[in-house]
Amino acid sequence: MSSQPSPADQQRRLHGWGRTAPSVAEVVTPRDPDEVAAAVLGAGPRGVIARGLGRSYGDPAQNGGGRVVDMTGLSRIHSIDAPSGLVDVDAGVSLDTLMRAALPFGLWLPVLPGTRQVTIGGAIGADIHGKAHHVVGSFGNHVESMVLVTADGTVRELTPDGPESELFWATVGGMGLTGIVVRARLKLHHVETAYFLVDTDQIDNLDDLMDRQTRDDDKYAESVSWFDAVTTGPHFGRGILTRANHATLADLPEKLRDKPLKFDAPQLLTVPDVFPPGMLNKLTGKIFSELWYRKAPTKHGVVQNITQFLHPLDIIGEWNRGYGPNGFLQYQFVVPPGRGDVVRTVLERVTAAGKVSALNVLKRFGEGNRAPLSFPKPGWTLCLDFPVGPGLGELCDELDTIVLDAGGRHYLAKESRTSAEAIRRGYPRLDEWRKVRASVDPEGVFASDMSRRLELV
Amino acid sequence: MIDAVGNPQSILLLGGTSEIGLAVVEAFASDRPMRVVLAARPSPRLDEARARLEGRGCTVETVEFDATELASHADVVQKSFAGGDIDVAVVAFGLLGDNEQAWTDVAHAVELAQVNYTAAVSVGVLVADRMKEQGHGSLVALSSVAGERARRSNFVYGSTKAGLDAFYSGLTEALRPHGVVVTVVRPGFVHTKMTEGMKAAPLSTTPEAVAEVVADAVRTHKELVWAPAPLRFVMSALRHVPRPIFRRLPI
Ligand SMILES: Cc1cc2nc3c(=O)[nH]c(=O)nc-3n(C[C@H](O)[C@H](O)[C@H](O)COP(=O)(O)OP(=O)(O)OC[C@H]3O[C@@H](n4cnc5c(N)ncnc54)[C@H](O)[C@@H]3O)c2cc1C
Ligand SMILES: NC(=O)c1ccc[n+]([C@@H]2O[C@H](COP(=O)([O-])OP(=O)(O)OC[C@H]3O[C@@H](n4cnc5c(N)ncnc54)[C@H](OP(=O)(O)O)[C@@H]3O)[C@@H](O)[C@H]2O)c1
Repeated sequence: MSSQPSPADQQRRLHGWGRTAPSVAEVVTPRDPDEVAAAVLGAGPRGVIARGLGRSYGDPAQNGGGRVVDMTGLSRIHSIDAPSGLVDVDAGVSLDTLMRAALPFGLWLPVLPGTRQVTIGGAIGADIHGKAHHVVGSFGNHVESMVLVTADGTVRELTPDGPESELFWATVGGMGLTGIVVRARLKLHHVETAYFLVDTDQIDNLDDLMDRQTRDDDKYAESVSWFDAVTTGPHFGRGILTRANHATLADLPEKLRDKPLKFDAPQLLTVPDVFPPGMLNKLTGKIFSELWYRKAPTKHGVVQNITQFLHPLDIIGEWNRGYGPNGFLQYQFVVPPGRGDVVRTVLERVTAAGKVSALNVLKRFGEGNRAPLSFPKPGWTLCLDFPVGPGLGELCDELDTIVLDAGGRHYLAKESRTSAEAIRRGYPRLDEWRKVRASVDPEGVFASDMSRRLELV
Repeated sequence: MIDAVGNPQSILLLGGTSEIGLAVVEAFASDRPMRVVLAARPSPRLDEARARLEGRGCTVETVEFDATELASHADVVQKSFAGGDIDVAVVAFGLLGDNEQAWTDVAHAVELAQVNYTAAVSVGVLVADRMKEQGHGSLVALSSVAGERARRSNFVYGSTKAGLDAFYSGLTEALRPHGVVVTVVRPGFVHTKMTEGMKAAPLSTTPEAVAEVVADAVRTHKELVWAPAPLRFVMSALRHVPRPIFRRLPI
């Protein structure tokens, strides 16, 4: 008789949303801050990292051979105060849950990313941004205080301007490497309805598209454009600019006025796990681009619900499977305001390399915040989306040079393949951040596959 | 970590002067330079290999390694992992030997068995242990088609590769739950110093071509590959040829 030992139950294979570069770690799911502290103190030589809902594309929420703390077990909303807009929540609560709970009180989360399936902890760790960045900044700007468990098991309450404000800002955008956020107080905005008043503009080339965003984005609370990277020639970069303000009660048609804060999110289908690789190829990319462009003719003042406006992709659950087993990656960068030309250069390189990105999102960022590793800074952010395949690595390396030479940088929440050098160049305050981190984690207890790959610590 | 597009950051070559092994390192390094650990017996060839890889922008460390010194292996592997995670490890050392001498001379037979099988198992166990601790990694073993069906002209070497092949195939299964991918590579006749002066067999190939097969296998998590690929079908057919005919085949 031979016995076949299997690894302990909690040994799990983890990957990011892009389904690339998996590793195996011991996953623990604490239920309260004490259990989080115990999980940190009990970490082995490979250290520990927090994981939210795993919506980062690469490897920041995995820790091969070490411990991963699944934060979704800390899932209580402690209080919602309608008049002040202050909410007190556990770090494992998702933005979706919080939004649904806060809307009936007329409260709105000022920063919502392309998916609401992210946790408060993940939103702080990556200092996420939404379509409203040019007006409200990133997630960290709306955190009034947070409770952080550090490497020695201590539980600290941090505020943006208090005595340990440096640690607060090192945690915002710090990719889980300063400690584990267990709870936070956020300040939400007041809204009258759960609807948007949307202006859609079909614009037939890239220069005009960017020109429009530069000219009158300030009139809108939310702004983003999607463009077509498949069509070449004079219509290169033709796109759809969608911008919106929160609809007031008076903006709503009669039938919506009864329940202005009602929210329903339809989820229509889940992509099965059986897609052949390259399903999303050049041909389907072309068809997709054409359909997307056609479906959005210029129209102003249209009332849309949250899903229609903010999360059209949420209608298809787990759409990341559409890319097949080799996975995919997002290439997102920001370049300074004067370097909008980089957007065109990058797209031309992509086209020349014969690659197709079907989802291309372009936005103008407003001011950044104090966090040394926060991604957003004034300028243009472009996000491209590629299935993994031969030649993609070389193309991305080439794009890195273009982006960095223009004074740009990459978004760690989407990052899965760049070099340590590229991050050093893009984040000139990396050493400042390292110092703060080293002061609370001198032994390097917090570690992730990303921190090792990009030599962050 | 091997990143999303298949770039490793570090590679360990056990048999640090193997032509096939070095071609594998270069195949990865051509996309992005990395940290290379060459475990080998000191020699001018090793110095040359180091210089060549450094010329490509790689950082190179060498660790003294003699396959026959089994007792030293733990130390060799420990040193090889001292600089951080190893993303890809390639077991490339091997001896072809002289078949007529090998099946008649105990010392030579045992040397082949030791280098090609015992030592490969020994470092396999040690590297597996480290990769398990990392929770990720790719372990590549250079087997040979010679191990798939032993021929009269080459059976001592063939038997050692059959043993290596079986060991690493099993290790593939054992390490899978730990996030480590083991790839068994079965090359045919490859033009290297090992086969210098020998008459090339059909479907003979180059170290560079084998390296492409290996790099692709590592990137796509393949567990068993032939180089060149069509050998898979040739070997599949050969395995079933009756002995009296197999004996007379000009291979
Ligand atoms: C479809 C889609 C659209 C997206 N759109 C946007 C967008 O528009 N804007 C944007 O900014 N991002 C966007 N993202 C990225 C996403 O918002 C971030 O990756 C976010 O961090 C994911 O949160 P999570 O809870 O899944 O965290 P994970 O991915 O699990 O973790 C992300 C990081 O946060 C750390 N972390 C998690 N929890 C904690 C905690 N409790 N304490 C400390 N650190 C913690 C982790 O260690 C890790 O480094 C999008 C992602 C997807 C899949
Ligand atoms: N070439 C082929 O046709 C072919 C076909 C199938 C499989 N393979 C296998 O592929 C692998 C690589 O072969 P190759 O073609 O690249 O040949 P190679 O260049 O001759 O490499 C063989 C390597 O093994 C090393 N080695 C031999 N004995 C050793 C010992 N006692 N201790 C440490 N290292 C030792 C050699 O190191 P030194 O420099 O110190 O001698 C050399 O680096 C081998 O396992 C071989 O069996 C080769």
